[in-house]
Amino acid sequence: MARTLTINGQMVSARDEDTILRAAQDAGIHIPVLCHLDGLSDVGACRFCLVEVAGSNRLLPACTTRIQEGMVVQTDTEQLRNYRRHLIELLFAERNHVCAVCVANGNCEMQSLAIQLGMTHSRYDYMFPSLGVDLSHERFGLDHNRCIMCTRCVRACDEIEGAHTLDVFGRGAKARIVTDLGMPWGESPTCTSCGKCVMACPTGALFKQGSTVAEMTRDRSKLNFLKTAREERKWIV
Amino acid sequence: MSVANGKVSQLAAELSRRLATDKRYKILEAVMRRYDYRSHGLIEVLHAAQDSFGYLDEPTLYHIAAKLHLPLSKVLGVATFYNYFTLKPQGKHTCVVCLGTACYIKGGDRIVEAVQQRYHVKPGATTPDGELSLLIVRCVGSCSAAPVALFDGVLGTHLDADTALQRVAAMLREGLPEQSNGKTPVQEVER
Repeated sequence: MARTLTINGQMVSARDEDTILRAAQDAGIHIPVLCHLDGLSDVGACRFCLVEVAGSNRLLPACTTRIQEGMVVQTDTEQLRNYRRHLIELLFAERNHVCAVCVANGNCEMQSLAIQLGMTHSRYDYMFPSLGVDLSHERFGLDHNRCIMCTRCVRACDEIEGAHTLDVFGRGAKARIVTDLGMPWGESPTCTSCGKCVMACPTGALFKQGSTVAEMTRDRSKLNFLKTAREERKWIV
Repeated sequence: MSVANGKVSQLAAELSRRLATDKRYKILEAVMRRYDYRSHGLIEVLHAAQDSFGYLDEPTLYHIAAKLHLPLSKVLGVATFYNYFTLKPQGKHTCVVCLGTACYIKGGDRIVEAVQQRYHVKPGATTPDGELSLLIVRCVGSCSAAPVALFDGVLGTHLDADTALQRVAAMLREGLPEQSNGKTPVQEVER
């Protein structure tokens, strides 16, 4: 059933089951996202898509909030821009993000978002955690220094490939992406080396072996293509 | 799991050796059967394993994942999310200090420091002789008695550095606690 709501003063028509994010995207309204990827389920982890909804005294994530008839949504207020700036700065401060030497330089969603949000530096002290790089897989690498824990790789592995090789170890600042029982990626008994996690990664954390600075490009839309093909038997190229 | 892999066959070999000799796996089996080997029983099964073995190691996690038909990484993820579960063997005795808000304000950090200095053990670690583990939790639900700590599962209230050290010393003198399986009344407390 169709519902009508207002986003940034614009009347928008959307399906009953749509999220605010989906309704906005269909209407050509841009909401910044990092943990959302078309084809994967939404978890509301990155908080970049927080929006103001009239009548709610807290901010709601657009990716996991269903639309309602007559909803009045603001996606780009001064308050939201301010929070998003803090969020991206915290992400940069949390691990070791050095664009100049990163394989994903120029093809990184986090970098694009920082530029889009007008970030020039981080107001927070960098934590410089000592993190490793797993290069045991013959084709791919996992650099924990560049990981933002968006869990897109975990969801791609579980929902699209079905192997569920990847998951999150620990919690909070100590959380890490882990393969199986914590063995090196190359020794994983369940990994099919399909590369869907690499396709899903928004930063340079997952990459093809042998790629050097700014060489790591990826086609993230392949995941949605696969999901539509598998679930709806429609091959949209 | 029927995936051919060096690491997995090592785990499987170690597991079958244990299943034949270690009766505690029979207790674990009974718990899993009670949940009909369904995946939603995972946390209860991990609890049972932690209570029986005192900690969760790779062969045990592998066993649970295989029996409940769950991904290995998910079982490891759940086991490391909750502070109650530990992947390393605990000492014979445990001193669990609360650093929740109330206990922290009342000087819980000084208790941690005192135990740490006297027994040369860092929070989350065990002394080299395997006698004492020092653990930190956030709130055991006895805020009115802050600061509190659990000595082999027994609550000590209104502590300070000296009384806490006395309790630890008494605990170490007593020998094995009644509850020798590492079980404490603290459940799934946040890190």
